[in-house]
Amino acid sequence: MAGLERWLKLVSRNKALLLMVLPGTVWFFFFSYLPMPGAIIAFKDYKFSRDGFLASIIQSEWLGFKNFEFLFKTEDAYIIVRNTLLYNSIFIILGTTLAVTVAIVIHEIANKKMAKIYQTGMFLPHFLSYVIVSYFVFSFLSVDKGVLNQLLQYFGAEPVYWYSETKYWPYILTIVNLWKGVGYGSVVYLAAIVGIDKSYFEAAMIDGASKWQQIRKITIPMIMPIIMIMFILAVGGIFRADFGLFYQVPRDTGALYPVTNVIDTFVYRGLKVTGNIGMSTAAGLYQAVVGLVLVLATNFIIRKINKEQALF
Amino acid sequence: MKNGAVIEQQRSKPVKQKKIRDIHHLPPIWNALSHVLIGLFSFSCVYPFLFVVVLSFTDEQTLAQNGYSIFPEKWSLEAYSYIFQTGDQLLRSYGVTIFITVVGTLVSIALVSLYAYAISRSYFHFRGFFSFIAFFTMLFGGGLVPSYIVTTQVLHLKDTIWALILPMSMGAFSILIMRTFFKTTVPDAVIESGKIDGASEFRVFFSLVLPVSLPGLATIGLFSALGYWNDWFNALLYIDNARLLPLQSLLMKVETNIQFILQNSTISNSTERSAIARSLPAETTRMAMVVLATAPIVFAYPFFQRYFVQGLTVGSVKE
Repeated sequence: MAGLERWLKLVSRNKALLLMVLPGTVWFFFFSYLPMPGAIIAFKDYKFSRDGFLASIIQSEWLGFKNFEFLFKTEDAYIIVRNTLLYNSIFIILGTTLAVTVAIVIHEIANKKMAKIYQTGMFLPHFLSYVIVSYFVFSFLSVDKGVLNQLLQYFGAEPVYWYSETKYWPYILTIVNLWKGVGYGSVVYLAAIVGIDKSYFEAAMIDGASKWQQIRKITIPMIMPIIMIMFILAVGGIFRADFGLFYQVPRDTGALYPVTNVIDTFVYRGLKVTGNIGMSTAAGLYQAVVGLVLVLATNFIIRKINKEQALF
Repeated sequence: MKNGAVIEQQRSKPVKQKKIRDIHHLPPIWNALSHVLIGLFSFSCVYPFLFVVVLSFTDEQTLAQNGYSIFPEKWSLEAYSYIFQTGDQLLRSYGVTIFITVVGTLVSIALVSLYAYAISRSYFHFRGFFSFIAFFTMLFGGGLVPSYIVTTQVLHLKDTIWALILPMSMGAFSILIMRTFFKTTVPDAVIESGKIDGASEFRVFFSLVLPVSLPGLATIGLFSALGYWNDWFNALLYIDNARLLPLQSLLMKVETNIQFILQNSTISNSTERSAIARSLPAETTRMAMVVLATAPIVFAYPFFQRYFVQGLTVGSVKE
């Protein structure tokens, strides 16, 4: 009783701030927390009931792990996990390398005005939607009108049916991902480089270090902590694919699914196209759980390396 | 300063020794190479947009014969004139996109700034709990299917404009940026002094905190506006009604069916309509629509880019 009274007092003393978080909390309840127990339908044979959401969930039959069993028996399960992991690994490795390189080079360019112009240009793809990017890609890959086939024909080669040949797409998707992300990705590293104490470089210069030596021995080691953090954060998200890239850029072409289907597109198609809600929810839940484990694990590793940098 | 002066002296002296290295500059060859590489990459980022602009001004016949080309044999304004004649659907979609961008951004700024301000105050007793509520969503979620079911069957938002606004109006990342911003720019002491003068928490927030937080609000507002302008995913999930289709989704529809832009058309005469449909310059009209959907961003982002940079660098610093 005394506890309750004390609590009520606290509430009333904090009531203004509580009112401020109220709208946001309602939002989180409906858009984040209500779907969490909703994931229970991964273990059910979900049937929509007229009596509403709760009734639908309660009245649907329990299936145990059947949905997961079905999922992992299909060939899709292997393909989507493989694609998600491989693509993301390539994106992380190449993306980090290129973003760091670009940041260093931009920093070294003496003409600051030009550097700024280059940077602004590199930002553009980040601000465009994947629908737009898909049109851009199509202008290059269209079978009868595309730029690439025009070039091939100019050199006497046969035109390529880009949207039906799976073998090119790992490269295409990687290029598009890097094209869209490297400019913006370099921002964090550039900020870190700008923050390095200039006296290091001056001391190195007095000792006669070349620019190349300075980059190798000062710049890179100094921004290494940031690189590691960004890298590990990205690894924490390796199970989540960029839906727009894998759905829009290949124009949802069925023939390309073996190399473009990832967990996120699989879940979407299960929900909206094939109507396999149970299996789709199971795949989504599997992704969320593995994702959570990965983030916790990477955070644990960061804590071991440097407590300050850990997220929590 | 001192070192800079020394270097200036060294530079102005005609140097005889073979190698005096200047720390501020790359050797000329490397400098040139940097310009070429970075310049090329930067150009490749802008080029596709320029290309699409050229395509949209190309004559349809020329394009059909020669394919997509950056130097078209014949230019034409046909695509744009068609759009302005028949573009009721395009106008409609423009309206939807502008509406969700403006309303969504305002809703988002209100929700995020109130929430972030509260959890940025060290004297807020429930700070830990509400921080957890927000940041746990970065780690775990129920997934697409349960979210879809809640939105359609609990909130009944399917085929309403709110399905395009509400799912994107909050986010842990924006809260993180704003919380950091409030913490660093508005120390508790300032708030305390305001309170001593007898102002309520809300009054302090609106008249003391918000005015100094405009750069932070601009940052999350721009992130949010960009998200709304570019969104097609929520429409893909929740919108079937052509009257509620945002711009990006309209572009998706016309990928396969350009005649979709004749939907909602004021041309009610069916023979006239099919005549227009037949003579529609399909390829160039598509490209013209891409240009019209992208141009606002292309012209606006250079002016706002520093806010995005700020958000990114603040967001990656914890406290």
